[in-house]
Amino acid sequence: MKILVCISNVPDTTSKINFTADNKEFDKNGVQFVINPWDEYALTRAIELKEAKGGTVTVLNVGEADAEPNIRKALAIGADDAIRVNAKPTDAFFVAQQIAAVAKENSYDMILMGKESIDFNGSQVHGMVGELLGIPSVVPAFKLDMVDDSTARLEREIEGGKEVVEVKLPFVASAQQPMSEPRIPNMRGIMTARTKPLAVKEPVGAEAKAEYVNFSKPEKKSGVKMIDPENAGELITLLRNEAKVL
Amino acid sequence: MSVLVFVEGLNGEIKKSSLEAASYGSQVAQQLGTTATAVAIGEVHEEALAKLGEQGIGKVLYDADERLKQFVADAYVKVIAKAAQQESAKVLVFSNSNIGAAVGSKLAVRLNGSLATNVTSLPKTDGGSFTVTRGVFSGKAFADVALTSDVKIIAVKKNTYEAAHNAGSTATIEKLSADLTDADFAAAPKETVMQETDGGVLLPEAEIVVSGGRGLKGPENWHLVEDLAKALGAATACSKPVSDMDWRPHHEHVGQTGITVSPNLYIAIGISGAIQHLAGVNSSKVIVVINKDPEAPFFKAADYGIVGDAFEIVPKLIEAAKALDK
Repeated sequence: MKILVCISNVPDTTSKINFTADNKEFDKNGVQFVINPWDEYALTRAIELKEAKGGTVTVLNVGEADAEPNIRKALAIGADDAIRVNAKPTDAFFVAQQIAAVAKENSYDMILMGKESIDFNGSQVHGMVGELLGIPSVVPAFKLDMVDDSTARLEREIEGGKEVVEVKLPFVASAQQPMSEPRIPNMRGIMTARTKPLAVKEPVGAEAKAEYVNFSKPEKKSGVKMIDPENAGELITLLRNEAKVL
Repeated sequence: MSVLVFVEGLNGEIKKSSLEAASYGSQVAQQLGTTATAVAIGEVHEEALAKLGEQGIGKVLYDADERLKQFVADAYVKVIAKAAQQESAKVLVFSNSNIGAAVGSKLAVRLNGSLATNVTSLPKTDGGSFTVTRGVFSGKAFADVALTSDVKIIAVKKNTYEAAHNAGSTATIEKLSADLTDADFAAAPKETVMQETDGGVLLPEAEIVVSGGRGLKGPENWHLVEDLAKALGAATACSKPVSDMDWRPHHEHVGQTGITVSPNLYIAIGISGAIQHLAGVNSSKVIVVINKDPEAPFFKAADYGIVGDAFEIVPKLIEAAKALDK
């Protein structure tokens, strides 16, 4: 089974978010980057399936050279090889077209990624890839197992419940917890990752359809009003009469 | 040219988040000098469809194919694309739900359109541009995004745009058939399991959320969260460590890698307020924090705070909430 896992290189979850002086771009200064946490669920599940059933796991990143440490981390966790499409990801449509182009060349059985990235929170790329390739996309899935060699069984979240879906290969799925328990690379993995293939490809021509023109941060809260714990019930009165949310 | 709103049903009624999307779509239609039509799929009562007039919808296209009672992305996309073509829709509006995101991304490809999810503002349409604001960096920032394609698709963030209620206005209902084939149902669900919810309030739709953290010491104490939620008509939620320890199910985990919520009121009990948790809740209108540690970082993001033992404070809140004249 050939599995493609798409990963994004995103600011660490503890990062303070800042923008350049003209508010046009994210300010990377002093920010640690990690594999998008939701992509890690997809990556670990892919490796678990490979360990159980055989096959290969290829990691794909659409991004610039500074993403390579995290691509190597994915290899250290257990992916077999990696592809970096050498381009600054502009919008979801651009990224989806790059992924679809790689998928068309290599015919994967399964394309996995996180349900969204923690930076742009688009939840778009998986559906676009499925549509571009003409294969089903099951999103957001929190469980993924194989029924037999040609059919997967997924559980996906819907508002208010879950759905169990059985789908023939190939398909696209997005991952959320608790699909797997993300792994920390061990020393052996880190050493072998250095020798695993990381191919760099140039992007296919694709136009972006959404242009980010300005970033801003939410207004700061005016401050907390503390309530005496002895008169905790007063909070309910304030929420009704002052904040008007009850 | 019109604005097309996709509305989702639940138990025969239109979801609150879809009513918000319908109002948003009507407002966009007014801005553009056109009309708003809704497309509904699956099992929704006709009375509920007609009442979309209250949100400014003039006409509802409805595909009642039995097979659409369950969500199947490919089939839904085909129906919405047919409606969009029939109405010559240039702007499509959805709720930013799991279903909205799934169909929106596919439709963007099929209709060659631009898509913005998590949208928190009406579009700015000065000088021929079409720019919306959307939440990014897990609620830590906003981005203004110009949608450059002829067709624009917008998924509106829940609880950020209030549903209008022009009492008495009704929408006309027209049947729609998208000639669905078995192939459109290739990824149809085998089984749908709905969650049991206390008081029937779903977390992603909730206006009030009561959330618990490790400070509650164990799952056996969760009745405090549940009783307060019940008294306030709220949904329950939890922090990541709580779901990781299996005290509560994962679908209740609120935060950067869980569910992002933006209710009118978020009450955090025994949650210290790690930056990842804040990212999932900081667009809530009012935040209340109850924690025995006065240095808990969550107090910096709160509107109201109580320093003290949750086991003493929460029963007082339950009592006061029960005493409210509903």
